[in-house]
Amino acid sequence: MKCDVCENEATVFLTQIINGQMTTVNLCEACSKAKGVTEETGFGLAEAFLAPSQRAEDSMEAVCNACGFTASQFKKIGRMGCPECYQTFREGLDGLLRNMHKGTRHVGKRPHHGGGDAPQLLPRQRTSAVREAPPPQPVPAPAPPAAIDVAQLRAALDLAVKEERYEDAAKLKAEIEQMQPKTPQK
Amino acid sequence: MMRFSTLIKNPADWMKGAGPHSDIVMTSRVRLARNLSGFPFPGFSQERQRIDLLEQVRPVVEKLPEMTDGYSEDYTELSKIRKQVLVERHLVSREHAARSTGCAVVVDRKQSVSIMINEEDHFRIQGIRPGLNLKSAYALVDRVDTELEDGLPFAFDPKLGYLTACPTNLGTGMRASVMLHLPALVLTDQINPVIKAVGKIGLAVRGLYGEGTEALGNLFQISNQHTLGEAEAEIIAQIEKVIEGVVRSEQNAREKLREDHQTMLQDQVGRAYAVLRHAYILSSKEALNLLSMLRLGADLDIVGNCDRGLLDMLLLEIQPAHLQLNAARELSPEERDAMRAEITRTRLQSLDAPGSLSQSNSNPEGSPSDT
Repeated sequence: MKCDVCENEATVFLTQIINGQMTTVNLCEACSKAKGVTEETGFGLAEAFLAPSQRAEDSMEAVCNACGFTASQFKKIGRMGCPECYQTFREGLDGLLRNMHKGTRHVGKRPHHGGGDAPQLLPRQRTSAVREAPPPQPVPAPAPPAAIDVAQLRAALDLAVKEERYEDAAKLKAEIEQMQPKTPQK
Repeated sequence: MMRFSTLIKNPADWMKGAGPHSDIVMTSRVRLARNLSGFPFPGFSQERQRIDLLEQVRPVVEKLPEMTDGYSEDYTELSKIRKQVLVERHLVSREHAARSTGCAVVVDRKQSVSIMINEEDHFRIQGIRPGLNLKSAYALVDRVDTELEDGLPFAFDPKLGYLTACPTNLGTGMRASVMLHLPALVLTDQINPVIKAVGKIGLAVRGLYGEGTEALGNLFQISNQHTLGEAEAEIIAQIEKVIEGVVRSEQNAREKLREDHQTMLQDQVGRAYAVLRHAYILSSKEALNLLSMLRLGADLDIVGNCDRGLLDMLLLEIQPAHLQLNAARELSPEERDAMRAEITRTRLQSLDAPGSLSQSNSNPEGSPSDT
């Protein structure tokens, strides 16, 4: 796979979750270093890239009833707030999991008492009464401008990577991939 | 409970025992991520919530039969150096060591099982065994997990499995990783294709101390990335199969070195021996790389009287935090390099000078033995 900036072999793959979709930016060693991508703590990385640009649409988004975690926080840090969040943010999760794992259904060990609601050693902080979490509000994806050709998108992508706007880069990359469904991977 | 000094004084169980392929496979580790239902994950909880959780679960963890006479410490009671020592021993993660209030670690007497409380997940249960033995490492953590689950309601979803802070750990919550010493594949320039091939089947290859660390001393960690959609036993069987292949490649590369590059091999081992025995300044990187050559020399019977356990222990003793713990104070990098050299000289005193390869060599005196 080639680097999105230059022609070298890509070795760094930055994966992000944007609008419930996983997108990847591919960079070679040199470009990733130049852009400061290869940082030691992967955690700070996602935060650094996604923090500035996700201010909009916050008011309408899904919030976990149990812990108050929001969809945009998930997008920002790639982690959930509490176990209940998996219920709240269930929509779009399958697609994400398909990219991450071998399957979307657990087939391994199970707690012998069924888990979750078994022995109550600990006081639950909130009642576990049925909570109908509002379905997560899909954040409208920016519509790709029609009739833009791939070359233009590629140029925009290069620029985005150069300017370290990785979120934009990932979006552009997804768009490019949509326009050429079978990109040769060589 | 055991004191920190007692814990550290003793070599871990995995350093003493020999497991399958232990000339090439240093350790097999398995960790499980578990969380309590009804509590926010540590990364999204208030300090007070983390402390509450810790206070409630720590006694449960300490009471595990495995943890009898074990070591248990609240992170607020641990100095930075001590925490770093635990990282260097692979008992806690770097991420966990960076945390403080509301965090604790509980380690069994043999240093085979460690449980981190309030890491990225509420619990990270880790088992470590010598050699290629993921099954036995999993058996350890599986048992502990089952025991814990009797007293603690773990967050579990029938479809998604064990619920974890990061979706990449969902399902089994299991990360199985194997630490390999692959000097011959590096010397013969075959390591990159091997890494690539392993990466292609969905396994991750990392350096000595995990994510984002350099593969110093020709040490590589291979671990699974997928945790959902496959059962624990399947994941482990797959990794073990892959590792068997890597081990065979390394064995072949060693054989090739022996047969086709004998002089180069002896030169590398001899130089490593000479420097390690006589240097007064040793950087961490240099020491790890030379120790790798020495270990290869021991594996191929070029260096006699060289106990692998001694090298494993030395590998830890020369790490920055271990040096500082030993000195009982903070050391500047220069001081560390001097002390590292001193410890290395002392520990390696009893080694025989590298001789010729056991088979077919007409020049047994061609080795640096000038002490």
